[in-house]
Amino acid sequence: MKVLVAVKRVVDYNVKIRVKSDNTGVETANVKMSMNPFDEIAVEEAVRLKEAGTASEVVAVSLGVKQCQETLRTALAMGADRAILVETEAELQPLAVAKLLKEVVAKESPDMVLLGKQAIDDDANQTGQMLAALMGWAQGTFASKITLADGKAEVVREVDGGLETVSVNLPLVATTDLRLNEPRYASLPNIMKAKKKPLDTLTPDELGVDVAPRLTTLKVEEPPVRQAGIKVPDVATLIDKLKTEAKVI
Amino acid sequence: MSDIPRLVEAHDDIRDAVRKLCADFPGPYWRWLDRERAYPRDFVAALTEAGYLAALIPEEYGGSGLPLSAAAAILEEIQRAGCNGAACHAQMYVMGTVLRHGSEEQKRRWLPEVASGRLRLQAFAVTEPTSGTDTTSLSTTAVRDGDGYVVNGQKVWTSRAEHSDLMLLLARTTPRDQVKKRTDGLSVFLVDMREVKGKGLSIQPIPTMMNHNTTELFFEDMRIGADCLVGEEGKGFRYILDGMNAERILIAAECVGDARWFIEKAVTYANERVVFGRPIGQNQGIQFPLARAHAQSEAAALMVDSALARYEAGVPCGAQANMAKMLASEAAWAAGEAAIQTHGGFGFAEEYDIERKFRETRLYQVAPISTNLILSYLAEHVLGLPRSY
Repeated sequence: MKVLVAVKRVVDYNVKIRVKSDNTGVETANVKMSMNPFDEIAVEEAVRLKEAGTASEVVAVSLGVKQCQETLRTALAMGADRAILVETEAELQPLAVAKLLKEVVAKESPDMVLLGKQAIDDDANQTGQMLAALMGWAQGTFASKITLADGKAEVVREVDGGLETVSVNLPLVATTDLRLNEPRYASLPNIMKAKKKPLDTLTPDELGVDVAPRLTTLKVEEPPVRQAGIKVPDVATLIDKLKTEAKVI
Repeated sequence: MSDIPRLVEAHDDIRDAVRKLCADFPGPYWRWLDRERAYPRDFVAALTEAGYLAALIPEEYGGSGLPLSAAAAILEEIQRAGCNGAACHAQMYVMGTVLRHGSEEQKRRWLPEVASGRLRLQAFAVTEPTSGTDTTSLSTTAVRDGDGYVVNGQKVWTSRAEHSDLMLLLARTTPRDQVKKRTDGLSVFLVDMREVKGKGLSIQPIPTMMNHNTTELFFEDMRIGADCLVGEEGKGFRYILDGMNAERILIAAECVGDARWFIEKAVTYANERVVFGRPIGQNQGIQFPLARAHAQSEAAALMVDSALARYEAGVPCGAQANMAKMLASEAAWAAGEAAIQTHGGFGFAEEYDIERKFRETRLYQVAPISTNLILSYLAEHVLGLPRSY
C-alpha cells in the first residue's frame, strides 16, 4: 500500500513567538522554522509501516512557500521515498489545504493519508477532517495507535473521556496525536541520501484549486499578561472570593 | 538562520538534525557524568549510530565522505546545545592520518570498522611528560625487532585512551643523533590497543578539573606488528602535522558553539531576571560584556569559515587554523565570563550548567596548542619575526 504524509512548515516549537507590530500575524522573518511536531509523528508512523513491510511507498507532501522544500527534505531524511511541494506564496487556510491535498490524492491514489492532528502555529485542527469529508473517506483522528489488516484499519483515538477504538475501511485519513510514536532523528547518511531523492513541484493552478482565503484575520494580539495570584487568610475568604469575585461557585 | 552567503556550506540540515539528537541529552545527563567522572557512553553511541562521527570517512569506507565544514557544523552544534563533543571529537580527525598516509590494506581493514562504530579510533598518543609542543624531542622509541617493533616510553594527556580500541602513536624509530633533521626519524603507528593492554601497555587515568577522561600511557617492551606502521618509517612527524590543522579548525568550531551557548543562556536569563523592578538585561553593565562576547564569537566564526574554505580548497591554512583556534577559544572564554557574571550566584550553581561549561571551555586556550605557541607561530611564520624559542 501507498501512504501519503502531509507536512507543514511552522515556527520551531522552541522559538518564543512574537506578534507583528501591525497586529496582522506572527513574526516569521528571521525565525527558525521546522516541521510541525505532529507531522513528524505522521512521517514516523508512515516510515514504520514501510519498515514493517505494510507500506510499499511513502510520499511526503507540503504546501506553501519554496522553503517548504527544507521541511520535505527532513521527511525524506526520516525515510519518505519522494516528496511533492505544492508551491504558493498565498496564505493557505485549512479548507484550501484540504482541497489541494484532495487533488494530490487524486494523482497519487494512496491507500492512507497521514497528517498531524493540528499544526502548532494556528492550531486549527481541521485539515484532516476536511480532507476526509471532501474525499468521502473514512477518518481516524487523534490516533494513538493504528493497526492495519485486511483492508481495514483499527484506530485508537484519544478522546476527552479516554481512548476510543474505531474500525474503519481503507482508504483512510488518519491524524496523529502525541502518543502515537516517538519520531526518530535523521542519521547523517540518510540526510545525505535525502538530498538525492525526487522532489516534484506543483502549483495550485496546475491542480485547479482556488486557494483564496474564505476567512479574514482581523487582528492578532499577544495574550494578556497574567496577573499575579493572591493569598487568602482562610477557607471562608476563599469561598467568598470564589462566589463574589471569580463567580465560579 | 541567516541568508548571508558563507565561505563554506552552512549545512543547516545537518545542524538541525544534530540539535534534535542533542535534545535527548540535556543538562542533568551531563551533570551526572561530571559528578561521576563518567564517559558519555550513550551520547557517543547515539552520535555514532546516526553516522556523525563518520562524517569525514569516505563513502567507499562506510562514511559519508563530507568536507571538513560538515564536521565543524556537527561539533559546533553539539557544543551549542550544551553537550560536550570532547568525548568523541578525535574520532573525526584522528582517522585523517590513516586516510591520507595509510596503505590501502590498512584503510580497508580499519576505516569501515571505525565508520560503523564497531571500533573506536580516538586516542592520539603524541605528547610526553618531557616534551610538550617540542614534539621532535620525544623519547618514546620503537625499535625494529624481527617482524615487528618493540615500543618503550611514556605518553601523557592521551585523552579517551580507556574509551578507544585503536590508538595512533608517534614514536622515534631512528635516534635523534642519527638523523639529519630533528623532524626525521619519527614514525606513526596504528596500534590495536585491545591486543597490547596489559602486555606492554598500561593506562593510568589523570583526574582533572573537568570530566575529560584523559590518561597517561606507559609502554614497556610493547610488541606491535610491522603492519602497524603508517606510511613510511621516519616520516611520521609530517603525517601528524598534516592532521593538526583539521584538529585546530574543529576545536575552534567547538569553541564558537560554546560561545554561542553561553551567550544564548545569558541573554535569556538577563531578559527574565528582574531586580529593582526591571530585567537585569536592561543594564549596560550586563549588556556590554555579552555584546562584546557576541562580536568576538562572530569574528571567530568568520575566521573558522576562512580556515575551512582554505582547507577545503587544498591551500595552506596553518595561519588561519591557528588564528581561528586562538580567537574562538578566547571568544568562548569571554562569553563564559560574561555568562557567569550575568547569572551572579546562580552561575556557580551546578543546575545552570554554566560552571561546568566554564571549566570545559577553558581547556581550549591550552589544548591542543597553547595560545602562546600560536602567537609565536604567527610572529615567526606570518609576520617574519625571528624565532623566539
